[in-house]
Amino acid sequence: MTLAEKILAAHAGKDKVSAGEFINARVDIILANDITAPIAIKEFRKLGVSKVFDPKKIVMVPDHFAPNKDIASAEQVKLMHDFCEEQGIPYFEIGQMGIEHVLLPEKGLVLPGDVVIGADSHTCTYGAVGAFATGMGSTDIAAAMATGDIWMKVPPTIKFVYHGALRKWVSGKDLILYTIGNIGVDGALYAAMEFTGEAIESLCMDSRFTMANMAIEAGAKAGIFRVDNKTQLYTKSRAKRPYLVYESDNGGSYANVIEYDVAKIEPQVALPSSPANARPVSEVANKNIRIDQVIIGSCTNGRLDDLKIAAAMLKGHKVHSGTRCIILPGSQQVYLDALLGGLIEIFIRAGAAVSTPTCGPCLGGHMGVLAADEVCISTTNRNFVGRMGSPKSQLYLASPATAAASAVMGRIASPDEIAAEGGVCR
Amino acid sequence: MKLKGKVHKYGANVDTDAIIPARYLYMSEGAELAQHCMEDIDDGFIKKVKPGDIIMAETNFGCGSSREHAPLAIEAAGVSCVIARSFARIFFRNAINIGLPLLESEEAVANTETGDILEVDLATGEIRNNTRKKVFHAKPYPDFMAGLISAGGLIEYTKTRMANRRA
Repeated sequence: MTLAEKILAAHAGKDKVSAGEFINARVDIILANDITAPIAIKEFRKLGVSKVFDPKKIVMVPDHFAPNKDIASAEQVKLMHDFCEEQGIPYFEIGQMGIEHVLLPEKGLVLPGDVVIGADSHTCTYGAVGAFATGMGSTDIAAAMATGDIWMKVPPTIKFVYHGALRKWVSGKDLILYTIGNIGVDGALYAAMEFTGEAIESLCMDSRFTMANMAIEAGAKAGIFRVDNKTQLYTKSRAKRPYLVYESDNGGSYANVIEYDVAKIEPQVALPSSPANARPVSEVANKNIRIDQVIIGSCTNGRLDDLKIAAAMLKGHKVHSGTRCIILPGSQQVYLDALLGGLIEIFIRAGAAVSTPTCGPCLGGHMGVLAADEVCISTTNRNFVGRMGSPKSQLYLASPATAAASAVMGRIASPDEIAAEGGVCR
Repeated sequence: MKLKGKVHKYGANVDTDAIIPARYLYMSEGAELAQHCMEDIDDGFIKKVKPGDIIMAETNFGCGSSREHAPLAIEAAGVSCVIARSFARIFFRNAINIGLPLLESEEAVANTETGDILEVDLATGEIRNNTRKKVFHAKPYPDFMAGLISAGGLIEYTKTRMANRRA
């Protein structure tokens, strides 16, 4: 069995499962946010039960439109807050909160070997700690809140092997954009993507979160990493409950194996309007694409190591006068660590704006919505038409290094164009 | 159940931001959401769509976010079913859970254009193109999912499960 199959078998109470099989899996953590929770709560009420199966296994995080951008979003968050109070569900609001997929691993709420379901497509982020984590809709979450389990079709696993040593400034974001560019937005439809190889072992946890986060952009059900010393170091100090570490069997039952030589991969930029439009930065930087806005943050790239890379680029430089640069730490902890580490000062001296944690601009919610014809380069995960505002705006996706370098140049630029010390965490 | 309506056909990878832009997700009622259904890729869709009409698309329809608002908006716009070569998995679950019928058929998509009139028999999966006088067959659902659909969606299915647990 593969790593994903082992976790699912254990949660279905079976010795063995195989791809295509329908199972009922016990869930360790259920998640919803301010957009998906209101519908989940409404559907939960229809089930005729008064209490959720276990309030400690549910987490609710208002992060998309929070801090509430208008009365309607405030009403949604209030509904969610009231439900959490009624049921005793852990609830993380402004001041305590973070973007859900930054917050949950950071607080040790999702752990290796877990099955996690969330009413948010980027729930797959937790595969970085060796959990089987997948996004679902509100009604699925409503049913699971009542029963503690969920039906699933066991996905086939596609193994991705990244050979070789990473080039300077190449991070998890570049690897995943390259991969999606290679296989397409439905290249892993319904499958689990397992990320392996010596280049993956060299990545820090924050880069692994970025890769697992964007598995959904290839249509995948989950993205998953083997638990190694870096994972153990990350989770041990955070975990408040025991967890089990699973490993793929030798040979595993992989549907496909795809191999890359990372020495050939340079920083990537995804052109509008698909994450699969990935191109090498050198090619895009040559086109002199003027930018109005830079966003650095999100559940994809709002962690401390992401901000460290952005700060390395911005230190001693200024954001271009024609460009607005907005930096959104992914959680209160990331914000505090960035403050104590001097990163926030670097950002502000460079002329960037720093926001409280929120998904905000990633989905065109608030805190950086684009006008018609505006062009933005962003560290977020989707550049669909209208994703960050006007359907006539243009959105490019890249790593924190490339986004910050572009902020300085006022056009899409390669990190190599900026005199910067440091590099990507390994 | 038999459905009949005019086809509105789209390309590959229609994402959930295209089906219902995130800027409207402060709402969660289908009728409100329907007013903005497909507006970023087909402005005026809500004005031309008639009850019973059918959305058709190429591959990976509904990719992107997990928002259940997407099938809710389509259903409340009066669309009777969606036919595509393939669906994104979260959208697929969401639609089945709320009772919006989805059909996968390569040949129906290859042989149908916007404006064609289709008749769909959900019980047999037969798709009849009245405009072109052709008949196609949708891929059958796995048994488990057929059971979920016949139970009336996930909420009804879960109610029964919980009642059986208590019994």
